[in-house]
Amino acid sequence: MPSEEHGLRAAGLSVGYGGPLILEGLTTTIPTAGITAIIGANASGKSTLLRALARLLRPAGGTVFLDGTDIARQSTRSVATRLGLLPQTPRAPDGISVDDLVRRGRYPHQRMFDQWSRADEQAVRRALELTGMVELREQAIDRLSGGQRQRAWLAMALAQDAGTMLLDEPTTHLDIAHQVEILDLLVELNHSEGRTVVMVLHDLNQACRYASYVIAMAEGRIAAAGEPSQIVTAEVIQRVFGLAARIIADPVTGMPLCIPERKAAGTDPRRS
Amino acid sequence: MIAAVPAPSPYVLGAVAASFVALTAVLRRPHLGPVAAGRLRWGACSARLQWRVVWLGGAVAAITLALMATGLVVGDFPVPAWRALATAIWDRGGEFDFVVNSLRFPRVVVATLAGACLATSGALFQSLVDNPLVSPDIIGINTGAAACAMAILLVGADPALLPVAAFGGAVATAAVIFLLAWRRGVSGARLVLVGIGINALLAAVISFLLVRFPIEQVSAAATWQAGTLAAASWRNVLVLAAGLAVLFPAAFVLARRLRVLQLGDDAASALGLRVEACRVAVIVVGSGLAAVVVAVVGPLGFVALLVPHVARSLAGTMTGGVLVLTALLGAVMLLSADLVAQRLFAPTVLPAGVVTAAMGGPFLLAILRRYHRAF
Repeated sequence: MPSEEHGLRAAGLSVGYGGPLILEGLTTTIPTAGITAIIGANASGKSTLLRALARLLRPAGGTVFLDGTDIARQSTRSVATRLGLLPQTPRAPDGISVDDLVRRGRYPHQRMFDQWSRADEQAVRRALELTGMVELREQAIDRLSGGQRQRAWLAMALAQDAGTMLLDEPTTHLDIAHQVEILDLLVELNHSEGRTVVMVLHDLNQACRYASYVIAMAEGRIAAAGEPSQIVTAEVIQRVFGLAARIIADPVTGMPLCIPERKAAGTDPRRS
Repeated sequence: MIAAVPAPSPYVLGAVAASFVALTAVLRRPHLGPVAAGRLRWGACSARLQWRVVWLGGAVAAITLALMATGLVVGDFPVPAWRALATAIWDRGGEFDFVVNSLRFPRVVVATLAGACLATSGALFQSLVDNPLVSPDIIGINTGAAACAMAILLVGADPALLPVAAFGGAVATAAVIFLLAWRRGVSGARLVLVGIGINALLAAVISFLLVRFPIEQVSAAATWQAGTLAAASWRNVLVLAAGLAVLFPAAFVLARRLRVLQLGDDAASALGLRVEACRVAVIVVGSGLAAVVVAVVGPLGFVALLVPHVARSLAGTMTGGVLVLTALLGAVMLLSADLVAQRLFAPTVLPAGVVTAAMGGPFLLAILRRYHRAF
């Protein structure tokens, strides 16, 4: 019963930019209402997977299904009401305010003569409240700090009101406190609103801490996928990152914590 | 010929200086910060109104009407102010009918409509590539139209073909730029660089035509090329009005899509915008608006480049309402440029394009000073 299906999955997905395939025959189902982290080494295809799921790339083979239907056969706008994306380093036009940015997130819900409904107004207010940006909403984006700016973009994606949100490295360029702030916010949104969150993360330990499901990519394929406590092992880290590591329990959360091994006894600069 | 140019009129000079100061003040202190807005509902329709844009629009519309009235009243042939307005609006005919209704009235309407077209075109292009230094005259669309039109003038074809040739030239140039810039989609920066190259090429063609043909033919073409409203007729009004009636609503609809496109291709697609289709539509509408103007009054520079800045400084980022304001400001700029062109050295008349360029140069420098980022 394909029409009853709810959520996002890929079947036999292959993607290449006209050249060699970046993703090869990849099949995965994103847990609905969960937090999924996609991890992997540089150039392992994790951003490509996210972009293919977001319909930004045309697959060379296979299909992405959104709510049971091929995503490429649905109208761009209908997809946009159910699937949102926050690109890696989004760029705002000069001098626009937070409020203006967030309002633009309502585009898929607007019609030619129905441009600013009560629902639009409410969604924008809610997005600003959820991200704690109400007080900063008249500020120009280019005058905000990195963390505030990322929250403003997150508010834009929230105003889109899509059940599934894809985020490409939402914590890059942020200091550790702001990284934690953004990730905590995503967890809160997931809990309070039941939104499905899929994000590419660079930091393996953050993925373990915040995600309920981890997809580890290596060379365009899924090397391992599952709950972090089950799949994050020394063997998987070796396979995905080519790194010898010890896995211990995070003293705060009890989730796996990855500590890289020292390569050789003489390589610690402090002891040389 | 130099001796024939009389001293500048002190009144006009004063008015020019005052508007210069006012505009510089506007550009120096752009409007940022809180924008009060309300929601308008009517049945299934709804819209967001920024009060600032509404009252600014009203004020600029009033200024436009005042300038149009001024254009009807002033001129070499003395007509009492009240009689001029009466002849134009409710008491047509009479002794001033020819001066007012055949010379001045079409001229002010052409200036109004052409200014609106140019400013809208500039706003579309600037939003499209998110670069404030872009306009149809810079990427070669005006030059393409001019090259075509001059070729027609110089080979001695029927001058009635000139608007058609100019329009064809503008559209063809836009198409060439677009095709050369296309690499699995069109990036803004590429479009601009290709446009600048094409512009240089076409400028060379025009120079060649100017030296290749006898001076009598060339001088008529050169006047047209500077952009003049002196030959404005009701037929011109009809062409411009038809163009604006089709293309402005299209631009208004595109404004909302441009707001999304400005967030970058990935974010825009994720918001449900068909990015490439939107770009093509903006280029077609923007070139069309510029082409209509070139066809009628010649390649007037700087209106398309400057007016969107003034609108942005007054009212903030692109919305449908700001686009309407931009069009009105375009009308104001061209109307006042034409008044200055007619009266500054009266009875010697300058082409309006000379005045827009003279106003434009300093403003361009002011804008460059204001933007701190690199281009």
